[in-house]
Amino acid sequence: MTTETPTYKKKDFSSDQDVRWCPGCGDYAILNSVQQVFAGLGVPKENFVCVSGIGCSSRFPYYMDTYGFHGIHGRAAAIASGVKSARPELDVWVFTGDGDGLSIGGNHTIHAMRRNIGIKTVLFNNRIYGLTKGQYSPTSERGKKTISSPYGSLDAPFNPIALALGSGATFVARTIDTQPKHMKMVLEAAHAHKGYAFVEVIQNCVIFNHNAFTHITDKEVRDDRQVDLWPGKKLVFGKDGDMGIKFTPSDIEIVSADEADVWQADGETGANAYRLCHKDERGEIPVPIGIFRNVERPVLDEDIHAQLSAQIEAQGEGTLESLLNDGDTWVVG
Amino acid sequence: MSEQTQERKLESLEDVVIRFVGDSGDGMQLTGKQFTDTSAMLGNDLATFPDYPSEIRAPTGTLYGVSGFQLRFASRDIHSPGDLPDVMVAMNAAAFKMNIADLKKGGILIVNIGNFTEKDLAKAEYDSNPLDDPNLHEEYVFVPVDLNQLTLDATAESGVSKKDGLRCKNLLALGMLYWIFSRSAETTEKWLNKKFAKKPEVLAANLAALKAGSIVAENLEVFQAGRYEVSKATLPSGTYRNIMGNAATAMGLVAASHLSGKKLYLGSYPITPATDILHALAKYKNHDVVTFQAEDEIAGICTAIGASFAGMMAVTTTSGPGLALKVEAMGLAVMAELPLVIVNVQRGGPSTGMPTKTEQSDLMFAIFGRNGEAPIPVIAAQSPSDCFHAAIEASRMAMTYMTPVILLTDGYLGNGAEPFLVPDVSELEPFPITHPTSADAEGFQAYYHDERGVRPWALPGTPGLEHRVGGLEKLDGSGVVSGDADNHQHMVLLREKKVMGIADSYAPLKVHGGDSGKVLVLGWGSTYGAIHGAVGRLQREGKDVSQLHLRNVWPLPKDLGDVIDRFDTVIIPEMNRGHLSRLIRMEFLKDVDSFSKVTGKPFTVSEIMARVEGHLA
Ligand SMILES: Cc1ncc(C[n+]2csc(CCOP(=O)(O)OP(=O)(O)O)c2C)c(N)n1
Ligand code: SF4
Ligand SMILES: [Mg+2]
Repeated sequence: MTTETPTYKKKDFSSDQDVRWCPGCGDYAILNSVQQVFAGLGVPKENFVCVSGIGCSSRFPYYMDTYGFHGIHGRAAAIASGVKSARPELDVWVFTGDGDGLSIGGNHTIHAMRRNIGIKTVLFNNRIYGLTKGQYSPTSERGKKTISSPYGSLDAPFNPIALALGSGATFVARTIDTQPKHMKMVLEAAHAHKGYAFVEVIQNCVIFNHNAFTHITDKEVRDDRQVDLWPGKKLVFGKDGDMGIKFTPSDIEIVSADEADVWQADGETGANAYRLCHKDERGEIPVPIGIFRNVERPVLDEDIHAQLSAQIEAQGEGTLESLLNDGDTWVVG
Repeated sequence: MSEQTQERKLESLEDVVIRFVGDSGDGMQLTGKQFTDTSAMLGNDLATFPDYPSEIRAPTGTLYGVSGFQLRFASRDIHSPGDLPDVMVAMNAAAFKMNIADLKKGGILIVNIGNFTEKDLAKAEYDSNPLDDPNLHEEYVFVPVDLNQLTLDATAESGVSKKDGLRCKNLLALGMLYWIFSRSAETTEKWLNKKFAKKPEVLAANLAALKAGSIVAENLEVFQAGRYEVSKATLPSGTYRNIMGNAATAMGLVAASHLSGKKLYLGSYPITPATDILHALAKYKNHDVVTFQAEDEIAGICTAIGASFAGMMAVTTTSGPGLALKVEAMGLAVMAELPLVIVNVQRGGPSTGMPTKTEQSDLMFAIFGRNGEAPIPVIAAQSPSDCFHAAIEASRMAMTYMTPVILLTDGYLGNGAEPFLVPDVSELEPFPITHPTSADAEGFQAYYHDERGVRPWALPGTPGLEHRVGGLEKLDGSGVVSGDADNHQHMVLLREKKVMGIADSYAPLKVHGGDSGKVLVLGWGSTYGAIHGAVGRLQREGKDVSQLHLRNVWPLPKDLGDVIDRFDTVIIPEMNRGHLSRLIRMEFLKDVDSFSKVTGKPFTVSEIMARVEGHLA
């Protein structure tokens, strides 16, 4: 293993495969940012493992020149949990979609969060099933007309951030495909976090759900419609940066920038992440992005191997000899 | 011991079958296991058959709450837990009702009359007390005892509550049997001392009950003339341990980990009757074994597949319903060409079926039950101790050929016990596994296939070998995703050739008995013991019958067709609706006599003998 910190360029992480997403798809921007971030993390390239399920977004590992596993629909978190619990020294990332990670794979996603296993999950939320041509997904809004809901979907959606917070994820963040600078900061913070990290990326599907997020992401409105939760920073927003957010015991208030609370993803204000993420995204409070939660808890993969070492220490290292002869035996002849 | 005892005659028996039956809360499994351990330490050959309901504690006294443990111990080589018991211990009316028809005429019948009250009789759906039947005394060595009262008396001074005292009644029964078969209670005393080291009163009560049992038996009228002994079996020399199939599977997997030099990783979700493998492996932490209790069976296999990609010897364990959930991921392992051992401890199906009963009805499922052309080799264990060797074989095959392998055992094997001749380390052949290194980076191809069709197992963390695997069809060589028509045809055939080619590595088949003749009894899996017993007995009677038992059920051995052609009739007893029979007809165009049994109980020796005799008549 290399001892020096390797230096890489973005292109070191591009595989020789042609990228086959639709022109204009938000996935391109995510690929770009991830490759740039990976190049700068100081992690030997051979230690990255990119795992995915099935979906447009899940093609991701094929475009990364790292070790990669394109799994089956919904199971990326489980496959990645296997890689990470086997070899904690590897840098294991899951790339998944709203259908892959929250519908068919919802169970694995919440259990990976509960366990705080050290994998980093990037969930591409386009609020649609892209690869299967445009059915409503578990994040599609109620009433959405799609090919499988011609009169409007009757399902209520998941809020991925609330789900992650409720499932005990220790790092929960949201970023946006069209804001690469922010995305890179979030991905770096996710990597720096010890344990499980969940990053929802708001992603535009130009073919089946175009402009689903323009009310949040459009250049014209975004400063007024987004508030960045950044640890240690004030919760300010607005074109002129003059507005702010303050938590009261019973509500969330819009105040002037100087009255705004300072965000602490691991502290007191962090407890308000749940209240904040539930606000109507077309309502009065801007949509929160950034880091909702960043706390420390025991990390499963490290603990698994610490327990092995402790038992080897306590009982002595098992050998074939000891395996065969431990316990009650008797001799014939 | 009184002088009287020493004067009593000792009648030597060769082979005894005891069945303990009672409520699932009566400790029948424990009692049976203690008698088994004691007999094992005395050097008897053994076979056991625990038969319990799926309810953990069914309402007491009911017919459906009856739990049984049959064990056979002998001074000769035996292979099955026996058909009908010579001795029966019935702890209550319901247990009596469910089992009495099986007891051999002239057998010893110990009945706890304390649990034959009006209420007990009503729960067992008796109108009158069956023990009033005078025929019992004529047909059996009938021993009615009030185990409840005797146990209360015996434990009165130990300081435990009446309720706790009464719970020792199974030990009183055990003590009686130890005396009747003139064996020391030492193994059980040791075990009690360890188990209740921190509860001296409970310990005293248990020891008192055990002791009282021997005194009760000694004073019984029917044993004044003498008691019995079953001497040591003349087993091949070596070190033995008593082992249950699931424990043997776990041990075999750990052995394979040592032999291959690969760390063992288990991804699993609890399910009867496979869970004991998870339990056993979870204890082997000092052998560097990772056990991951996943959120479901799909995650069980997917974590294992991830661990395999990361370079571990990966295993997932389950039973039928869990195997159903793993199907899609099994296809992924085929496509990714990664080693994986899938252990399926079969149980009665379909659906939840009969979780605690045994069956062999997943054979076709194991061989063919996947979407697409997804060949997977299937191996079957034939006895509890053979699970050890079968697990090593499955692991070796998986890692040698970069393929998932299914190991089939079943509830009867998993929970059954027998003496296991512990192999010497030198008898187990290492099969060190190697991986490509950075030195191989130049021109490295993740889907390069050697002449056997096997691709390299390159591990994350190796500089220069970065590659992607997955479920989409891959171009032979580079492993790039490919929808090319000819490549798909080529890859389907390549994967098939690899798996079918494994048959080239099998040892030649060995027929037990004549190499040709009238009848061949062909089997696979846990029917081995009963078939072996039946064929052995018929052979001793001079009958023209042979036995062949398959370790590899897929791909089938190439010499199998020749062997079966040399017999007039091939009988295939299976605890399913004829899976192997269909395979034989399909692969060799040869008709066979499919002997199917799907009662949730294993074949008896006499059933198989009768079937063979039908063909010889
Ligand atoms: C077991 C299984 N069921 C269904 C599918 C079909 N399928 C493939 S991708 C997908 C939905 C993907 O949606 P999402 O995860 O949101 O990914 P996106 O394409 O939007 O990036 C479905 C239903 C499949 N491949 N496998
Ligand atoms: S269908 Fe949508 S999500 Fe899929 S590649 Fe095209 S634009 Fe992207
Ligand atoms: Mg989607």
